Amino acid sequence: MKYETVIGLEVHVQLNTKTKAFCGCANVFGSRENTNICPVCLGLPGSLPVLNANALKSSVKVALAFNCAIRNFIKFDRKHYYYPDLPKNFQISQYDEPLSENGYLDIETAGSKKRIAIKRIHLEEDAGKLIHAEHAPYSFVDFNRAGTPLLEIVSEPDLNSPQEAYAYLSDLKLTLKYLDISDCDMEKGSLRCDANISLRPAGEKKLGVKTELKNMNSFKAVKAGLEFEIKRQTKCLEASLSIVQETRLWDEKKQETFSMRSKEEAHDYRYFPEPDLPLFSFTLEEIDEIRKQLPELPKERRKRFVSQLEIPEKSADVLIADKKIADFFEECLRIDNDSKNIANWLIGPVLSHANIHESFEALQLSPARLVELNAFVRGGAVSNLVAKSVLDEMLKTGKAAKDIIQEKNLGQISGADELKDVIESVIAGNKKSVEDYLAGKENALMFLVGQVMRMSGGKANPKVARDLLTERLKQ
Amino acid sequence: MKLNFLTGHELIESLRSKKADSGQIVADLKKRFDEVEPKVKAFARPPDFKDAANFESQGCVLGGLPVALKDNICSDGDLTECSSRVLGGFIAPYDATVVKKLKENGAVILGKTNMDEFAFGSSCETSCFYPTRNPWNLDCVPGGSSGGSAASVAADESIWALGSDTGGSIRQPASLCGVVGMKPTYGRVSRYGLIAFASSLDQIGPLTKDVRDNALLLNAIAGYDDRDATSVNIPVPDYLRSLEKDIKGMRIGIPKEYFIKGMDPEVEQAIREAISKLKSLGAEFKEVSLPHTEYAVAVYYIIATAEASSNLARFDGVQYGLRVHEKAKEAGPELVSMYKETRGKGFGAEAKRRIILGTYVLSSGYYDAYYSRALKVRTLIKEDFDKVFRECDLILTPTSPTPAFKIGERTDDPLSMYLSDIYTISVNLAGLPALSLPCGLTKNGLPIGLQVLGKPFGEEDIYCLAYHYEQNTQWHKMKPKL
Repeated sequence: MKYETVIGLEVHVQLNTKTKAFCGCANVFGSRENTNICPVCLGLPGSLPVLNANALKSSVKVALAFNCAIRNFIKFDRKHYYYPDLPKNFQISQYDEPLSENGYLDIETAGSKKRIAIKRIHLEEDAGKLIHAEHAPYSFVDFNRAGTPLLEIVSEPDLNSPQEAYAYLSDLKLTLKYLDISDCDMEKGSLRCDANISLRPAGEKKLGVKTELKNMNSFKAVKAGLEFEIKRQTKCLEASLSIVQETRLWDEKKQETFSMRSKEEAHDYRYFPEPDLPLFSFTLEEIDEIRKQLPELPKERRKRFVSQLEIPEKSADVLIADKKIADFFEECLRIDNDSKNIANWLIGPVLSHANIHESFEALQLSPARLVELNAFVRGGAVSNLVAKSVLDEMLKTGKAAKDIIQEKNLGQISGADELKDVIESVIAGNKKSVEDYLAGKENALMFLVGQVMRMSGGKANPKVARDLLTERLKQ
Repeated sequence: MKLNFLTGHELIESLRSKKADSGQIVADLKKRFDEVEPKVKAFARPPDFKDAANFESQGCVLGGLPVALKDNICSDGDLTECSSRVLGGFIAPYDATVVKKLKENGAVILGKTNMDEFAFGSSCETSCFYPTRNPWNLDCVPGGSSGGSAASVAADESIWALGSDTGGSIRQPASLCGVVGMKPTYGRVSRYGLIAFASSLDQIGPLTKDVRDNALLLNAIAGYDDRDATSVNIPVPDYLRSLEKDIKGMRIGIPKEYFIKGMDPEVEQAIREAISKLKSLGAEFKEVSLPHTEYAVAVYYIIATAEASSNLARFDGVQYGLRVHEKAKEAGPELVSMYKETRGKGFGAEAKRRIILGTYVLSSGYYDAYYSRALKVRTLIKEDFDKVFRECDLILTPTSPTPAFKIGERTDDPLSMYLSDIYTISVNLAGLPALSLPCGLTKNGLPIGLQVLGKPFGEEDIYCLAYHYEQNTQWHKMKPKL
């Protein structure tokens, strides 16, 4: 039998506000254990939470970016469970009235477009972190993370393949990066993803029994985990075994999932409205103000690059995939609107350097310097080939293209007199090609131009060389 | 006369005119403590008189006078245990906002007073330390949960004190001990640093020997606090000035639902006499109705226990206070057994009863039937008051249906204990201000309290009426024989 896969994703993203969600402690990653703490985020007796308005503002930004409706009154609830990393033994979260609902995200896989509904987005506080002492009968708790603002973004079960899940996550993350509300670093845990997956016979309306997948540390792992689950669940169904509703953890080393707990042990979280936080509401004007502050989102930018700047779709995809590169690109265009050539510089040589250095920001390159280099090529001062080595040098030394070309005497030779000797010796040394050309083989000319380039150390202007060769061979 | 018998404002005046010095005040307080504390047991632990003696009296609003704090108000570096084993050894690492404000106004902290464990009770008998006794009759309870604060003021072991009131915990002990106790409007005083019982009901307030002291102390602690999101940002009037206002023409409601069976005849008699006295001073009275009064106790015990079960979840032996894991030693280090043992040994019977009740009403499947419905009735109770206050400035009721009862008399019957708060609970549900002041003594020499309820942020009217009544009666000058 054929089965249809049904996937829903829950993404948690830590907001990069200066302070925590309900106190004034610094919200930073990587500090010494238990240094960013106070009575409030430790949940000490007598302490009270006060909502960080910026965390709420960031949440609204995200909600608007995903086309969600914002609630008139924003309410927080307490979610109760006992765990040592949860200082109050309840988490301040949002239960029946999330701050926003009913949004969507459009994804594209293998050329086909699809709208994925976003069920809800709500704000809550993160817990601390347990640090397990090796070979010791105890653990430590680091409360630095306790109280970090955490946004939960829940999709409807609209995804039907691991590829779609991957595309959804990539687009979601890109938009979040553009909004600059989180660094979205899965390794640091500032972005985390859980997946619900079930199978059902193709055409069936009723959802099958789902499993919840956790512990995936990259989007690739999410995809692999889902692929594994599809195979596992298919085997179960084909063997007429029932699927157990349970939470399963992804084992990155073994590349498989294993059962953590079944839902029978599910908690009663005893949600009730947080009495220490009054209802919060935005005016329509305030929402509009936040909407106005939204940056251009990646999809709109891609559209603009293609339609207005005439950048090919594939190139536009590469440029917008990193907001910093797209910003850099536009910065270049403000100086010089040679969009196609600058785009090619960025997508080709610049990005491959960025990959070597593992980040675009690490490159010693300003928009003005790249524009200058591009102008040298366009003006015929250097060839494309030489320009690439000039770029290497620029990134190595931090020098400007102009200085490198001068110092190394890399200027392109365009004068007929200067090239005369080279042309003569190429003609003398490649009799066969000359004959071929004269016999009407156009390709032979290309070979001869290549030889001129080689002999001039790449400095000859290829167009001039070609013209001179044609001229000379007419004689 | 020993200085500890004076009121705060009398002492401030004596200090100003150099008739008294701060050292003598503290010496007299210490002497009184040594004499009567073994009988009364008002404090959770002996105050630090050395610290209290170091005060600077000049130029301070509160004259540098020491204040006693209920054992649930955090003060930096001091034990704050809520009279509970589960918080045994907990030293607060910060000052509650009220403590910060007291210190800014030149007060020093005398010590922490005994209370019902986590403020769960109306008699001070649920304290893990010992029951506090009523200074007027040592066989009787002082009321609760701020029984230690009330008793310390009544016994002249402290000049004044702070308590907290969730369902009557300032007013009922004030009534039973013959002192003045004010529960301000919800949001008037910051709760930051008050170890929470029920967040939507708790409020800190002063317990004092007379109305003027009460206004003086509320002046010092009231006001918006950006650390408490439920505190309200409206200006604080000078409550001392409200004492001078006229009460002629003040419209006072008497709710018919409050004069019921079960009210002690002596209490009723005292209230009737207070009404006559106030009429003679020019106040106008009319009968009013608060039709949802009969549901108040039920609603209160759902909402208060639900919030308490959540607020008390943090006492688990992980970070602070008591940690018990004796069984874990045999069976290996198991987290859940540490939780169970710590909470099992740490909480007393009444705390457990309320945690279980609160956990039950919040459980899935019961939430709608209990908690959700209780919130709806709470709104109805609020609306009852809104309606009455459209035609009245104040409401007058007894504070407690009976005078102080015997120690042990109600400990086996939680329901009768819960009914001690029948006149005070609605005020918390509606978030209103209310004050209790002495208005009589029973034949057996036990104090009776008169409760004055005001509109939201109507503390001025309350003080005005209470002050005029007090100035025309002698009850506040009566002292217990100890």
